[in-house]
Amino acid sequence: MQKEYKSITSIAGPLVLIEGVEGIKYEELVEIQMPHESQPRMGKVLEASEGFALVQMFESPQGAVTHGAKARFLGETMKIGVSPDMLGRVFNGSGKPIDGRPEIIPEKRLDISGAAINPYSRDFPNDFIQTGISTIDCLNTLVRGQKLPIFSGAGLPHNRIAAQIARQAKVNDGSEFAVVFAAMGVTFEEAQFFQSEFEKTGAIEKAVLFINTADDPVVERIAIPRLALTTAEYLAYEKEMHVLVVLTDLTNYAEALREVSAARKEVPGRRGYPGYLYTDLATIYERAGRIKGKKGSVTQIPILTMPEDDITHPIPDLTGYITEGQIVMSRELHRKGIYPPADVLPSLSRLKDKGIGDGKTREDHAGVMNQLYASYARGKDVRELAIILGEAALDDVDRAYMKFANAFEDRYIRQDEHEDRDIIKSLSIGWELLKMLPQAELKRIKPEHIEKYMKADA
Amino acid sequence: MSDKHQGIIIKVSGPLVVAKGMSHAKMYEVVHVSEQNLVGEVIELNGDTASIQVYEETAGIGPGEPVYSTGETLSVELAPGLLEGIYDGVQRPLALIEKASGAFIGRGIQVPSIDRERKWDFEPKVSAGDTVFEGDILGEVQETTLILHRVMVPVGISGKITAVHSGSKTVEEVIAVVEDSHGKKHDIVMLQRWPIRIPRKSKGKRVPDTPLQTGTRILDTLFPLAKGGAGCIPGPFGAGKTVTQQSVAKFCDAQVIVYVGCGERGNEMTDVLMEFPHLKDPNTGEPLMKRTVLIANTSNMPVAAREASVYTGITIAEYYRDMGYDVALMADSTSRWAEAMREMSGRLEEMPGEEGYPAYLGSRTASFYERAGAVKCLGNGDREGSLTVIGAVSPPGGDLSEPVTQNTLRVTKVFWGLDANLARRRHFPAINWLTSYTLYQGNVSTYWSREVADDFTKVRNDAAGLLQEEAKLEEIVRLVGMDALSSKERLILETAKSIREDFLFQNAFDPVDASTSLKKQYWMLKCILTIYYAGQEVVEQEDFDFNALKQLPSFLKVARVKDIPNEKWDEFEAFEKKLRSEILSLKK
Repeated sequence: MQKEYKSITSIAGPLVLIEGVEGIKYEELVEIQMPHESQPRMGKVLEASEGFALVQMFESPQGAVTHGAKARFLGETMKIGVSPDMLGRVFNGSGKPIDGRPEIIPEKRLDISGAAINPYSRDFPNDFIQTGISTIDCLNTLVRGQKLPIFSGAGLPHNRIAAQIARQAKVNDGSEFAVVFAAMGVTFEEAQFFQSEFEKTGAIEKAVLFINTADDPVVERIAIPRLALTTAEYLAYEKEMHVLVVLTDLTNYAEALREVSAARKEVPGRRGYPGYLYTDLATIYERAGRIKGKKGSVTQIPILTMPEDDITHPIPDLTGYITEGQIVMSRELHRKGIYPPADVLPSLSRLKDKGIGDGKTREDHAGVMNQLYASYARGKDVRELAIILGEAALDDVDRAYMKFANAFEDRYIRQDEHEDRDIIKSLSIGWELLKMLPQAELKRIKPEHIEKYMKADA
Repeated sequence: MSDKHQGIIIKVSGPLVVAKGMSHAKMYEVVHVSEQNLVGEVIELNGDTASIQVYEETAGIGPGEPVYSTGETLSVELAPGLLEGIYDGVQRPLALIEKASGAFIGRGIQVPSIDRERKWDFEPKVSAGDTVFEGDILGEVQETTLILHRVMVPVGISGKITAVHSGSKTVEEVIAVVEDSHGKKHDIVMLQRWPIRIPRKSKGKRVPDTPLQTGTRILDTLFPLAKGGAGCIPGPFGAGKTVTQQSVAKFCDAQVIVYVGCGERGNEMTDVLMEFPHLKDPNTGEPLMKRTVLIANTSNMPVAAREASVYTGITIAEYYRDMGYDVALMADSTSRWAEAMREMSGRLEEMPGEEGYPAYLGSRTASFYERAGAVKCLGNGDREGSLTVIGAVSPPGGDLSEPVTQNTLRVTKVFWGLDANLARRRHFPAINWLTSYTLYQGNVSTYWSREVADDFTKVRNDAAGLLQEEAKLEEIVRLVGMDALSSKERLILETAKSIREDFLFQNAFDPVDASTSLKKQYWMLKCILTIYYAGQEVVEQEDFDFNALKQLPSFLKVARVKDIPNEKWDEFEAFEKKLRSEILSLKK
């Protein structure tokens, strides 16, 4: 028999203080019934102390009152009902369908905070995923079970790239991905873009969408990635699917966390974000992976917009320390009209070496990748030098590098939004470009590969 | 469980639990929280209330639930069976956790740190009637094919041996009985315990003078770390901290490796776990795992256990040091450890210091790194052991002025500074040769001239000097162009470029290039510097054609000097001679 308390003493933002309570648990769910409202509001216990509980409400405090409100503690932590029928459906931040169709009948109910995967039980991600985008496939290879974020900025086409990846991603064995998509605090248009994109291509049939738009409650924003990942883990480890999780936009998530932290009057860390931001983000990102003996996998592509394009801002910074690399968007390339505007040099995939090479992509992949990187870096330097000194001051080798850098941007990075380049195509464009440089400069590629592929492609 | 020593929870907030009725508790005592038996440690006492940091997720725990005392401080178990183990932050074997709760880590799992069933073949080195003191070796056990485990008399016990039991024993069976001067008999078993926050005793430290050979060229030649020293690797994300740490763990010539993955990625720990059993130790050809202990607290595992994990690791490392081994401890990353401290401090509502870190960050960091050292071990004989500590630091935004980096730099003598710009141009290891430093070069130079070559120090200093010079010249080139440089300056640029691209650049994923012996490093560098040594004699001639130098057949081959196999010193010598004579042939 659950007790009801009428002792709500204060409401500050999403936080509610309830006094005189007994037998409450940390993180337990709470229903608060406001007078004259038909539905109770939901919240969870943030701090459980003797005699009082600090509760965080999931919904807006609009119209909440202290007098006459009743709180009921449910004795369980937040759960989501999952079932394979969730594919093709759209949900909100509290897990309720918003596509006008009936509620699903859950097969089981799972705790949304999940548990950490035992590192001993993990299987190492090493299956190459072909996204059809050269800058990712060849230079920053994505593998199954990886978490590879897109660091973008306001006004850059990260959504189109994410949609392109979701549309084109496939693995050598031909199996396709189920997509779990979570939108946090995005605008209606952005949410609509993804939804219609999925509907247009028919991908919606194997996608689960969780949508929290900018005018939805802030606190739901904190729950939504966890709802999405719990669903993804269920589909991956119990239904043997390969799941691609797209989360957008983590910046809004971190802002929501800061908002709640400030309301709790916690000691702030850098730029007012709570000191536990790293740990909190880790509980989201680390839920990507593969488990020994299970067929499915969870691959994550979180998207975040860097405030002022600043990669040292706490959100991209802490994300970079947790995720296995990052794809950085460049405003400069975007202005030049190059799509996808992937800034190759600061981008990185830490797991690339495990997913490439003989038997996975091609034996020369690593060499070509390193050479393209090094040469493009040098070419960009030369281009800057040429601005100061004039092109006439460059020697022949430098001039070759400059031409290479321009061609690299134009032919390698640039591709159409609907162009699905396979890895062999990406590599051979790479070889064509490398021919622009003197052969003695190709120090990162094994001589036998130069022999084999440079000539073969000639 | 006895309900004699039992407190009641009055507050739960994240990993912090406050309980009353705890007047019997002592600081750093281990307690079990609630009926679920979550492991916690007392970190603050105030009247009869105790603040407890809980090493497991606290969701679902509430006021009114019990807290049970154990009377013991947080300790690790030390015995044969540690090697090849993979533990969480409080020394629970992850394999047993998997057995108990599946692929996801459950709560309140109590498993023994050391296998109690397994039998070891104990071979005594003492006999009844001998007098022994603390730290003396009682006998040996072949723990793995690589490491002979020396069973020592526990600290605090000395006296006469009255019995010795050899043969197949579990870690809990008595192997010897020691009668102390008061006539009290102590049963000695192989399993010993040691509180993690207290350094293990030794007879004293000595100045480290042997280099730790890591196989990474920039580290060994330019910025050597001595066995028993402390070094740090700070760097922004993506610069290669973990790759460098792992590469050192794989190839360095320490005999025992303790690798602490502290708040890092799960997949990275899995990588180590899956790779080490297959990789061969370059010195012995045995699998690397046979000399390794792994401690894994990934970033989504409970934050409080992260704080404990570095201490758990270093205590195990000290134990092997006491047997007389050279031990290396990698902590990746100490920033996560500091952040765990900050999180607990915030919840305890302590007065924050810089950037919200607790005011004791500096002293905790210092006392951690000070546990490194080359020591004379306790006990008989002249055993010497060393413990080298290499800590990665992850400064936010790559800004080295932040408190964790600054506190670390104050106590470590080697600084391997990673540079995001180098990483972006795929120059790996992305260690900046201008900002990094070592204070051990003087210590190891005697070793260098004895074991490698008389002029190693000179070659190293010349190379470092050329790189400095290059940085200056590049500024000039950027302003006025290459044409403004004299031939001699162009020679410096060419040599420095070769040092960077052909010597410092090293591919950690290439099986051959990943590790280079110290002597080969010397020869590679010597060959490269020949460009400069011999070049000086010709470039200052009038109308010297620099391209003629660059087109010399040997000059073009300098880049491939790394392909000359180890031990073929005569080939290196021949190449160096040929290069020198070709360059000198340009003399008019």
